[in-house]
Amino acid sequence: MSKSSIPVLKFDAVIVGAGGSGLRAAIQLSEAGLKTAVLSKVFPTRSHTVAAQGGVSASLGNSEEDHWHWHMYDTVKGSDWLGDQDAIEYMCRKAPEVVVELEHFGMPFDRTDEGKIYQRPFGGHMSNFGEKPVRRACAAADRTGHAMLHALYQRNVRANTQFFVEWMALDLIRDESGQVLGVIALEMETGDVVALHAKATVFATGGAGRIFYSSTNAFINTGDGLGMAARAGIALEDMEFWQFHPTGVAGAGVLITEGVRGEGGILRNSSNERFMERYAPNAKDLASRDVVSRAMVTEINEGRGCGPNKDFVLLDITHLDPATIMKRLPGIREISIQFAGIDPIKAPIPVVPTCHYQMGGVPTNYKGQVVREDGTPVAGFYAAGEVACASVHGANRLGTNSLLDLLVFGKASGDSVVHDVRSGELGLKDLPADFAERTLARLDRLNTQTGGASVAETRLELQRTMQKHCGVFRFKDMLVEGVARILDVEKAAARTEIKDKSKVWNTARVEALELDNLVEVAKATMVSAEARKESRGAHVRDDAPDTPANPNGRDDVNWHKHTLWYREGNRLSYKPVIMKPLTVDTIALKTRSY
Amino acid sequence: MEEREKLNRLRWRCTRRAMLEMDLLLGEFLERIYPTLTPEQADAFVTLADMEDLDLWPLVNGSRQSPDPVQAEVLALLASVRIK
Ligand SMILES: Cc1cc2nc3c(=O)[nH]c(=O)nc-3n(C[C@H](O)[C@H](O)[C@H](O)COP(=O)(O)OP(=O)(O)OC[C@H]3O[C@@H](n4cnc5c(N)ncnc54)[C@H](O)[C@@H]3O)c2cc1C
Repeated sequence: MSKSSIPVLKFDAVIVGAGGSGLRAAIQLSEAGLKTAVLSKVFPTRSHTVAAQGGVSASLGNSEEDHWHWHMYDTVKGSDWLGDQDAIEYMCRKAPEVVVELEHFGMPFDRTDEGKIYQRPFGGHMSNFGEKPVRRACAAADRTGHAMLHALYQRNVRANTQFFVEWMALDLIRDESGQVLGVIALEMETGDVVALHAKATVFATGGAGRIFYSSTNAFINTGDGLGMAARAGIALEDMEFWQFHPTGVAGAGVLITEGVRGEGGILRNSSNERFMERYAPNAKDLASRDVVSRAMVTEINEGRGCGPNKDFVLLDITHLDPATIMKRLPGIREISIQFAGIDPIKAPIPVVPTCHYQMGGVPTNYKGQVVREDGTPVAGFYAAGEVACASVHGANRLGTNSLLDLLVFGKASGDSVVHDVRSGELGLKDLPADFAERTLARLDRLNTQTGGASVAETRLELQRTMQKHCGVFRFKDMLVEGVARILDVEKAAARTEIKDKSKVWNTARVEALELDNLVEVAKATMVSAEARKESRGAHVRDDAPDTPANPNGRDDVNWHKHTLWYREGNRLSYKPVIMKPLTVDTIALKTRSY
Repeated sequence: MEEREKLNRLRWRCTRRAMLEMDLLLGEFLERIYPTLTPEQADAFVTLADMEDLDLWPLVNGSRQSPDPVQAEVLALLASVRIK
């Protein structure tokens, strides 16, 4: 088909994604008067940002003394020194500004008696460069993400942002020079394929946590932005780093809060042993997330898991007073009954370490511009939020820094777009003649495929492969085998068959297209993880143990660098970590211990 | 809109939600229980599926009650769903 066969809509800017980061970026653009389109697979306030309850961090110092430099230190340390220090300084310095701005947009933060934003303690938030805990998290009851999205959405309505709801972006449009010229998208309600031609394109598509079998992420997190970027020749950075939460309900993935262990919950193996006593004699079940997760996986791998497949452990609160459970852990009983099929007052909850957050993504600088390996921006392309890798989270994200990332880099990417469009750097360049060809070929293939694999089965195979070969605790041989397995899954995914070939509201087609994206993310993750022969942050390998030369298995001599994975040829490359902050001194490499 | 389209749109709205809990519950409900509903109950379910998760969840876990009797019937069915 030639380019005249699909309709083209023209904008100054198109933003893919209407979660916290996309909506924050859109405010900058619309308020600057740019003609802006925001695409979303769902109504904006149904984006996954809603699930965030814990809060957003900023060194406001409302409850006690705090400083952005201390926040910066915590973030660098949390990242296990893989975060870029220019971006981390930028984010931590900007935090108070963007949080107060959000308050002005109408965010109903919890307040102190004097009417200031109330701040509570959170794991990893410390004062005076790691000395003692500090209250830095700002929240709106347990609805922080929800309230944030509503405040940002209302502001966009006021600014006349144009929303394209239940539209799925399929591919990025790039010309020969590599400049990004917009996206090709599918309107679900009509089945029409349309080009959104723009001077600037911002990706804010969120994470890809659905590559794992056990995931706390909603079904929508299929990594579409990563898939589109990879197919367009953009590298994906640090994809081996995924944060796992120790206690997701086995099978369903639904999160069981840390508070359950805080209230006295005990982890047990198949012989009813309180196994954490062996791994962490002092902290026991309250040891840090990674220690608990690793212990759980070791129990399972050594045959002491529970259930017919011996593939989970148990979180026991049957010894607690039912009144305490109902009062201190509201909702846990309902969640256990509905998602684990057990009443936790009478029986223990089956749990496994569960994928929670993606640290890697599309490489950007602290201005939200997507960058090449040498740091130069890709003209016309920007990214923010979980899809992007600025890199502020490095090898491990600090709790509440993700919502902050959305605000800071959503705004920064928006400002960069406004600057680049206004300065005349970006015009509306002509679309290349064959710009829609690859996408239309992909759709054609789906419409004509016979005798192929089912989408649901292929997706399940992908998720099980990732969970087994590239989970929270990683083994050399499993990773090597995992690479081969995931390439097999890719082959099956290239031949998926959908029975429903109709045009309008064809959800089977949409799911097949989502699977294409999951495949790219899974390959990037497996290949990057297999190659990184050290343990750092959330990437923990059995063959990179804790030694005096390499504390915690971290090998700075060989591996203090960012991974870049390219789809073409499944190729890896590396680039240095930016150790020089914008204005302060470098926070020098040190062993990460809490 | 024809039946298949309506059902697919509903399927999307049941399985691409803000929270995993709701994807699981509404998805399972749609496959197993929705086909057995009366037309009034089916309409009530569509209205519920259009609600935001943080408004719907308290109705499902019983911390809030719906004043509408048909909606309450559907919510009771939704609360009976087990993911296993
Ligand atoms: C259970 C849970 C609890 C959490 N709690 C916290 C917390 O307390 N504090 C914290 O800081 N972080 C928390 N996080 C992490 C944080 O919520 C996320 O990282 C963050 O909300 C991601 O925001 P985003 O704007 O990048 O993407 P999202 O909010 O996921 O939005 C992505 C948007 O992109 C759209 N989209 C995706 N693909 C396409 C496509 N192909 N075409 C069109 N549109 C598309 C979607 O429709 C959606 O609008 C939590 C995460 C989970 C899972």
